[in-house]
Amino acid sequence: MATAPRSARRPPGAGVKLSFNDPVVRAIFWQIVIVGAVGLVVWWLVGNTVRNLEARRIASGFDYFWREAGLPIGEAMIEYQPSDNYFRALVVGVLNTLRIAVVSIVLATILGTLIGVARLSRNWLVAKLASVYVETLRNLPLLLQLLFWYSVLQSLPPPREALNPLPHVYLFVRGLQMPWPQWTPELGTVLAVMGIGIVASFLVRGWAKRRQMLTGEQFPIGWTAVGLVVALPLAVFVMQGANLPLDVPTLGRFNITGGILITPEFTALLIGLVTYTAAFIAEIVRSGIQAVSHGQTEAAAALGLKRGQALRLVILPQALRVIIPPMTSQYLNVTKNSSLAVAIGYPDIVSIANTILNQTGQAIEGIGTIMAVYLTVSLSISAFMNWYNRRIALRER
Amino acid sequence: MSTQTTSPARPPAVRLRALGWVRANLLATPLSAAVTLLCLWLLWQTVPGLIGWAVIDARWSGTTREACQGATGACWVFVRAWFDQFVYGFYPVDQRWRVDVAGIVFALFAAVLLWPGFPRKRVVGVVAAVAFPPACIVLLLGGWFGLPVVETRLWGGMMLTAFMAVYAGLIAVPLGILLALGRQGRLPLIRTVSVILIEFWRGVPILTVIFLASFILPLIVPAGVTVDQLARAVIALGLVIAAYMAEVVRGGLQTLPPGQAEAARALGLNYWKTTLLIVLPQALRVSIPGLVNEFIALIKNTSLVLIISLFDLLGVAHRAKSDPQWAGQGLEAYVFAGGVFWLVCFALSRYSLGLERRLGVGKR
Repeated sequence: MATAPRSARRPPGAGVKLSFNDPVVRAIFWQIVIVGAVGLVVWWLVGNTVRNLEARRIASGFDYFWREAGLPIGEAMIEYQPSDNYFRALVVGVLNTLRIAVVSIVLATILGTLIGVARLSRNWLVAKLASVYVETLRNLPLLLQLLFWYSVLQSLPPPREALNPLPHVYLFVRGLQMPWPQWTPELGTVLAVMGIGIVASFLVRGWAKRRQMLTGEQFPIGWTAVGLVVALPLAVFVMQGANLPLDVPTLGRFNITGGILITPEFTALLIGLVTYTAAFIAEIVRSGIQAVSHGQTEAAAALGLKRGQALRLVILPQALRVIIPPMTSQYLNVTKNSSLAVAIGYPDIVSIANTILNQTGQAIEGIGTIMAVYLTVSLSISAFMNWYNRRIALRER
Repeated sequence: MSTQTTSPARPPAVRLRALGWVRANLLATPLSAAVTLLCLWLLWQTVPGLIGWAVIDARWSGTTREACQGATGACWVFVRAWFDQFVYGFYPVDQRWRVDVAGIVFALFAAVLLWPGFPRKRVVGVVAAVAFPPACIVLLLGGWFGLPVVETRLWGGMMLTAFMAVYAGLIAVPLGILLALGRQGRLPLIRTVSVILIEFWRGVPILTVIFLASFILPLIVPAGVTVDQLARAVIALGLVIAAYMAEVVRGGLQTLPPGQAEAARALGLNYWKTTLLIVLPQALRVSIPGLVNEFIALIKNTSLVLIISLFDLLGVAHRAKSDPQWAGQGLEAYVFAGGVFWLVCFALSRYSLGLERRLGVGKR
């Protein structure tokens, strides 16, 4: 808010007399004082730090990145051995953080949207259950929920008495082991066809839009996309003999081998983050839908749009404008909250950098690394969401 | 044009109220009926089991683990045995009256300040903000007036959670207002400093700020000075929440028409008088519900200090879970701590909603 006149020019004829009553002089003076004070404090702190580091004989710099880590990591998305260097260990941590963040964001968006819509349901029971969910989950600390889920998962039976909820799916103290498709050239072809289908759907959509603008004729783009992305790869898969070899877990005497193992750390973190964030997303979705006035629905119906069309062409585009900005901050929160992984031992960037910090004693570099990673991720997500927000923003014509 | 509205026609009377309600709200369409059935089935699957665990099959009386032998439900005896730690942490038993006194005085101040229309609120507010915080620290920490010193590493439980929330809030509110004013002000250098501070603290996880305070604060103070672990946590929490609160206050400042500040300038008020007398009272009125929501987030985030080995309410629950005397118990401790957190946060969020309605945000 502008508290001084917008153009604080000197009155004509006043010359260049410097006076403390001049708002311009005063503004410059106070800025110099404050910035100078901040600078002095920073200089003093840096001086202290240098002296303290010398006194404690702590090395500085990032040379340790290339030393051998000797640090075992439970789960890694890239090849990693304890004999690799610290830098590779940090990369493993960053990838683990991104993995949990991406999976949680996708699942939380789906669950949150469902619950947000359920809260507006005309069915009393559904609406009440949804609001009980929201009020319970968002008023409990996330860390408490994570520890709760982790200790629930820890009380699962040992491998020999593993729960077997579905055939070949085992739930036991070391996680959830389930069948996983083995990589074959046929599978590669199917995935390639699916990729081509996705690209082709976008091209068809562009063509259909242009044709509708020119001629008014509509094209069933939804069904075309389903055909290209689902039916076509499926047909290719069947033509190749519908051969999908699975790596099936088998129950041994002391362990379960084969298939894919989802660790309890990952699962607890995933359940906690998804259910907690979904409660917030539900509220955002609800208020977004409520922000679109009922007259819009009625006007769309009066124009002869079907219910689905009205939702897709009239309601959602307007609701999204309200939803996107708070949704962005929820996505950022998920990413930041994934740092709580350190409490249950999921090897994310914070947990790995924290271990390295304790090994090397180089606290400033360690914490600097974590913060740099998060700032990069945060800024990237908000840049992407701002771009998307501008794309759907109201264009005044 | 007539400004009077005619009262809407009443709907036709429904003979069977209850049946009509059920039909309209639970069985409106076949899909709705199916969803209702699904919900009822889900409730049937979960609620009896939960009640059985928490109440019917639970053990309530006794003092030792033997009281829970063979129980299929919750072992509340365990929570009862740890109850004092849940409240006071490891504060010496004979000194716990100090915590009680601080708690009662705090509760009285809070009741008076949250009570709409209590007389002389401003005086009470100034006392609560200026005199109470240092007095409370002296009382709890001791060392003066013949009170024995109780080190902060013995503090814990709900007392520590409340302490951190209140003192971090005391740092965050004024700092947040200053940052928001700096960001919205005209002075470019100060605006830059404010923007950088706000965006930095909001861009990194709170946990890393707590690490920062815990590991780096000892390095940047002069040699020989030690900063208490609890003070580090409170400073970290306060700084981060200040950045979030600054954004809430900025929202409040932006709702204010610029004419208000311009009129104040025209009347000859200087910057601080304009800000304190005209701008802030109106902007804060809009921001208060948002500030309460940030305070709720702060209360939930105090639990993160568990990771730097301070025993707040959740920390005590975590510690209780690994008590060898009660091996095999644990979930009860989390459920109890969760219940306390939930009550406080839910009550505050309702209060914030009521406040929003009473202050008529958006309706003025």
